[in-house]
Amino acid sequence: MNARKPLVQVEGLTMRFGGLTALDDLSLDIREGEVLGLLGPNGSGKTTFFNVLTGIYRASAGTIRFNDQVLSGLRPQEIYRAGIARTFQRSRLSLSLTVFDNIVIGDYQHLQHGLIFNLFRRSAFRAEYERAVEQVRQLLAIFSPPLLDRLFEPVGAFSMIDRRRIEVCRALMSRPQLLLLDEPSAGMTHDETHALMDDILEVRGKLKNLTIVLIEHEMNVIERITGRCIVFSYGRKIADGTYAEITADPVVQTAYLGEAA
Amino acid sequence: MSTMTSTLSRRRGGIAVQIALAALVTVYLWLFLQAQSQIEVGVLLVVGAAAVVLAGRLGLNRRIETAARTSPRAGTWCALVGALALIVAFYDVHYVLLMICTVLLFATACLGLTVQFGYVGVANFAGAAFFGIGSYTIAVLSTHTGIPHLLLIVVSGLVSAAIGSILILPVLRTRGHYAALVTIAFGILFRTFVEVNPVLGGPQGLRLPGISMFGYAFSDGLELFDQDVSFYVPYALLSLAIFGAAFAVIKSLERSWIGLSMDVVRTDETAAATFGIHIARWKVVAFMLGNFLAGVAGSVYGMMTGFVSPDNFTFSDSLLLVSIAVLGGLGNPLGLVPAAFIVLVLPQKLQFIQEYRFLFYAVVVIAILLFRPDGLLPRKTRLFFGKEVSR
Repeated sequence: MNARKPLVQVEGLTMRFGGLTALDDLSLDIREGEVLGLLGPNGSGKTTFFNVLTGIYRASAGTIRFNDQVLSGLRPQEIYRAGIARTFQRSRLSLSLTVFDNIVIGDYQHLQHGLIFNLFRRSAFRAEYERAVEQVRQLLAIFSPPLLDRLFEPVGAFSMIDRRRIEVCRALMSRPQLLLLDEPSAGMTHDETHALMDDILEVRGKLKNLTIVLIEHEMNVIERITGRCIVFSYGRKIADGTYAEITADPVVQTAYLGEAA
Repeated sequence: MSTMTSTLSRRRGGIAVQIALAALVTVYLWLFLQAQSQIEVGVLLVVGAAAVVLAGRLGLNRRIETAARTSPRAGTWCALVGALALIVAFYDVHYVLLMICTVLLFATACLGLTVQFGYVGVANFAGAAFFGIGSYTIAVLSTHTGIPHLLLIVVSGLVSAAIGSILILPVLRTRGHYAALVTIAFGILFRTFVEVNPVLGGPQGLRLPGISMFGYAFSDGLELFDQDVSFYVPYALLSLAIFGAAFAVIKSLERSWIGLSMDVVRTDETAAATFGIHIARWKVVAFMLGNFLAGVAGSVYGMMTGFVSPDNFTFSDSLLLVSIAVLGGLGNPLGLVPAAFIVLVLPQKLQFIQEYRFLFYAVVVIAILLFRPDGLLPRKTRLFFGKEVSR
């Protein structure tokens, strides 16, 4: 297990917002092919870590290495092209656009952007468009077949769980090496969460090289799908190990429940 | 086999519906445009409103929509024929032709605003300034150079886009209301600049010659079949051609990866950045393309009216353009034509109620937005080639 080489190496990562230190000298590794869970109380810096990793925030200090490429200081667009895709805690789909639109944009780097191509070479565009529809269909066939019949309906008409599925598909569309899932179960019922996790495990089964990092509060989700967990508290890593190890760790218990009286 | 014949008959039905609709609208517009008395105008307005409400009640709107979807080409041809029929019908009425040209040219400028506001989400409250840059450019270049006018129209659009590029930096760095403020400031700047600039005629403005194309001067008018044809007819045909071409390009833009990228930029910049979308690039493309169209429309308008002055390009003219784009249904190019018609022609036709006409017109606009909050013809969900109705 530990022989796998690290896909992401984070060293001394610090993120300050004015007087608030959201990430405090954070160091961790993400190993190739693993499913890593990020845990921690609210405000412990998990989402901030994702935002720094994907370039939405620029770190105050520290480095992130991804496949030996230094990501610190790169723009989100460049980090996406390096092979990192994500979902958001609060769904960030374009509700007025169709399922197809929202998913195909995940493959933006492979869509042709030329003005002449898009505006005037309509038959060439159509050929590319039909290829893209086929690709989206294939992805949905693996991940979420019921959505296939509703490919051209606006996303606003879908339930929360379907929106999450669409977000995951959008992220997978670019065939990333690293997939970041920010609290996929947020706002969903127990059964929906269960169904979504089945889907994610299914993806795992089919894409062996995909590395997944997931932020989650639902402990049974973490237990079921992660191989390793890292616990954050006040922007620091306080524990690192399997689910059984971290739940037995007194430091983690203190972080969640407070000091014993 | 039977599905094939049913598709065919459905398509035929679709075409028939569209022809009927186009004929109806054309006849209505013909009646409306030639109406002189206040009673006629009033009756037509009531009939029009009643027809729209009734069509909604009877579910005709949906039939028209499916018809448009099954045979999209037919709609384009019907609209074109309808517009040509109107131009022919009013071949010797200067006043009506001028209104038709104005509607088409303002709608062209609003196609630009549609890309800016409706697609990429960049506010532009200086539409009239870019329109005016087009007018002034062609005014200066047509009096001082011998460049063919057809080329000058394109050059005017390019100059408008180029001058607009001064604003790129502030527009990219600001968002929402702040970006709007930047463009408002630019609009005022433009007007003041031409007003104090003696080379551009100052407050008196400039006169400019009419368009000549292929050795034919539009202002000469012409005589066909022993009838005097208004000199506005060639302008109307040119305006129709320009609007049609711009419309086709903007439609393709919407149904392309570029239109999709712009929509994602507008709805969520963070998500757009996360999926590699070049936010600045698409904002710049939309801004320049929009200003180009405004400049082109402005150049033809200037040549047609033969006169440009700073008073034609004020902030309230910019607001007029914005209100057309919003009233039509933001992001839907098709809505611009009825909206431009209501905003530009209705006040002219309502002259019988004198100073109350602007009051009435304002009430009409508010009523429309009250009952159709997304505009006259709200933008439809994008279907790239129109037929992907969920299998």
